[in-house]
Amino acid sequence: MTSIEAQVLQPYKYGFVTDIDSDVVPPGLSEDVIRLISTKKGEPAWMLEWRLKAYRNWLKMAEPHWSNVKYGPIDYQAISYYAAPKQRPALESLEQVDPKLLETFEKLGIPIEERKRLAGVAVDAVFDSVSVATTFRETLAKQGIIFCAISEAIREHPELVQQYLGSVVPHNDNFFAALNSAVFTDGSFAYIPKGVRCPLELSSYFRINASSTGQFERTLIIADAGSYVSYLEGCSAPVRDENQLHAAVVELVALDAATIKYSTIQNWYPGDEAGRGGIYNFVTKRGACRGKNSKISWTQVETGSAITWKYPGCILQGDNSIGEFYSVAVTNQRQQADTGTKMIHMGKNTRSTIVSKGISAGHGQNTYRGLVKILKGAEHARNYSQCDSMLIGDQCGAHTFPYIDVRNSTAIMEHEASTSKIGEDQIFYAKQRGLSAEDAVSMIVNGFCKEVFKELPMEFAVEAQRLLGISLEGSVG
Amino acid sequence: MTGKGKRETGNMLLQIQNLHATVEGREVLRGVDLVVRTGEVHAIMGPNGSGKSTLAQVLGGHPAYTVTAGSVLYEGKDLLALKPEERAREGVFLAFQYPVAIRGITNAYFLRSAVNAIRKHRGEEELGPVEFMDALEEKLKLIGWDDSYLNRPVNDGFSGGEKKRNEILQLAVLEPKLAILDETDSGLDIDALKTVAQTVEKLRRPDNATVLVTHYYRILTHIQPDVVHVLSAGRIVKSGGKELALELEERGYDWIREPATVA
Repeated sequence: MTSIEAQVLQPYKYGFVTDIDSDVVPPGLSEDVIRLISTKKGEPAWMLEWRLKAYRNWLKMAEPHWSNVKYGPIDYQAISYYAAPKQRPALESLEQVDPKLLETFEKLGIPIEERKRLAGVAVDAVFDSVSVATTFRETLAKQGIIFCAISEAIREHPELVQQYLGSVVPHNDNFFAALNSAVFTDGSFAYIPKGVRCPLELSSYFRINASSTGQFERTLIIADAGSYVSYLEGCSAPVRDENQLHAAVVELVALDAATIKYSTIQNWYPGDEAGRGGIYNFVTKRGACRGKNSKISWTQVETGSAITWKYPGCILQGDNSIGEFYSVAVTNQRQQADTGTKMIHMGKNTRSTIVSKGISAGHGQNTYRGLVKILKGAEHARNYSQCDSMLIGDQCGAHTFPYIDVRNSTAIMEHEASTSKIGEDQIFYAKQRGLSAEDAVSMIVNGFCKEVFKELPMEFAVEAQRLLGISLEGSVG
Repeated sequence: MTGKGKRETGNMLLQIQNLHATVEGREVLRGVDLVVRTGEVHAIMGPNGSGKSTLAQVLGGHPAYTVTAGSVLYEGKDLLALKPEERAREGVFLAFQYPVAIRGITNAYFLRSAVNAIRKHRGEEELGPVEFMDALEEKLKLIGWDDSYLNRPVNDGFSGGEKKRNEILQLAVLEPKLAILDETDSGLDIDALKTVAQTVEKLRRPDNATVLVTHYYRILTHIQPDVVHVLSAGRIVKSGGKELALELEERGYDWIREPATVA
């Protein structure tokens, strides 16, 4: 099985560091640091107040340790909470962006220069604590769509931000969400007006570059009645021996008959084979289906990070609303993932679908943790859950913790689970037809993940397969 | 091993000498000798546990089997030195007794990947999806399938008979020089057996050869073997024409079980 493992354990390709002068706040967290961040961002007073409220709550909270992952203590005073490239680009003109930044995103396959932009995808590129550039803003503005850095939205669209920020993930929701609320630096904001179908895929790319910093991005997406938006998110970080903290919060709000499709490819640096370094990815993502007939669909491909702690969920408030969660989580070497979803059914005839694929290789530990809760008023709610685990090698682990809480007898629940080991016989079969060992493993792993990959927008599906070390040549879909 | 003059005209394709092999430390092949020339069909028969499937797996290169002695020459080259995928690309095809399912990968994609791996090895251009589908039409007809089977995942949810038929479809598409069919006839109903056998017979050419591993005489009513071998306790103990198969059908294997004295 060593050849199979070797195939899966591919070197991290995004580990370079951009040499750029940064404005870094000294390590440490205090009310003064939060005031400093708020000032640097030019924020209104209400925003600072909200941050401080979150911080004071955070001080009273304890780091959660119920998840199935192990890591040493995190020194929150050793982290720098703000890092920005010194030459702050003017958002109106890409010519003023430091060429080194453009080069960085180019190297990552995220072209933000006008002439090289991906057709049909608008990008918000976030480098450490600031948004570097947002593309296609004018095209989107014509339809009334707002797509910008959240720090800009706080200044330019305070009424929307004030109405919705913290309305899905409150500032005291959990330890990491509270920390994020206190110190978040940048992230993306999108508002889709009533009845508008967003003509482009909206996308954010998050890059951690500076050392000893944490990235605390915050994303807020509001889909007004009858609108539709598809949003993509990607991320990467340099190879470093230290662990870096990434504690993001994403909030989605779907009003009547609105649909939000949110896709993530998480490729933070996973650490080396001995488990040194890597990102601690402690993320709170939640969507509220507030309106009737609304729909929120999460798709995630989690291949990076030393530790992933993440449960993108849906609160199905509106009658007939739909929540979906499609996930591929890969852990190899010493990676640990504890990920899954929460589906909270409140409205009548609400439906949710969960499809989770966990792949463990090397010494990786992969845990699915999911909650399906049917509240009393959720007449005729339905849930379908499917959790499949695949093991590659005999040093890794797969774990499943489904929580089901049903308080209405009209609910229909289905849960399927399977665990399989990638077999010598499967590999031999493909090899006996002429395929190389690498192609055989790729094919089997891809086939296993297909139900999730088909939910991804085309460009992302390709990226996802490539990330798994795979060439599938258009057989997806 | 003498007899029909026709056999002697083909080129030496496979030459097995004194082949010994073990699985999980147990010796299963104990000195197999076999010569296959182009244009020939060989049937290998024998009781359960005689080593028939092991021989097929060893020729295919399954990693669970260890060759402890002997040699196998394929087109004059050392077959055992090649990896399974290299053997396949050089034209050795093993139809599996228990074909393996691959979830989420369509038959069409799997087949095209196999064809292109082999074409690439030969320095030929790889086929795109459309060209490939065109080439596939007539092969499907051979085994009596419509193209709905192409979009189903490889062997996933296939019945036993469908899996075997799928192996023969792969055989027809890949057109190997040496086909080893490991009990492809078991688990087939009479109609399926006939289709499979007729397809194998149609694929027969002066420049290829087939080794048919089987328990039963019945497939030989549709395929004309040049030689029938009896494998017992890891050795070929008797070889003859088709009449040998008939005799085995009537008398069973007991009368030839003492290997050492017969070979």
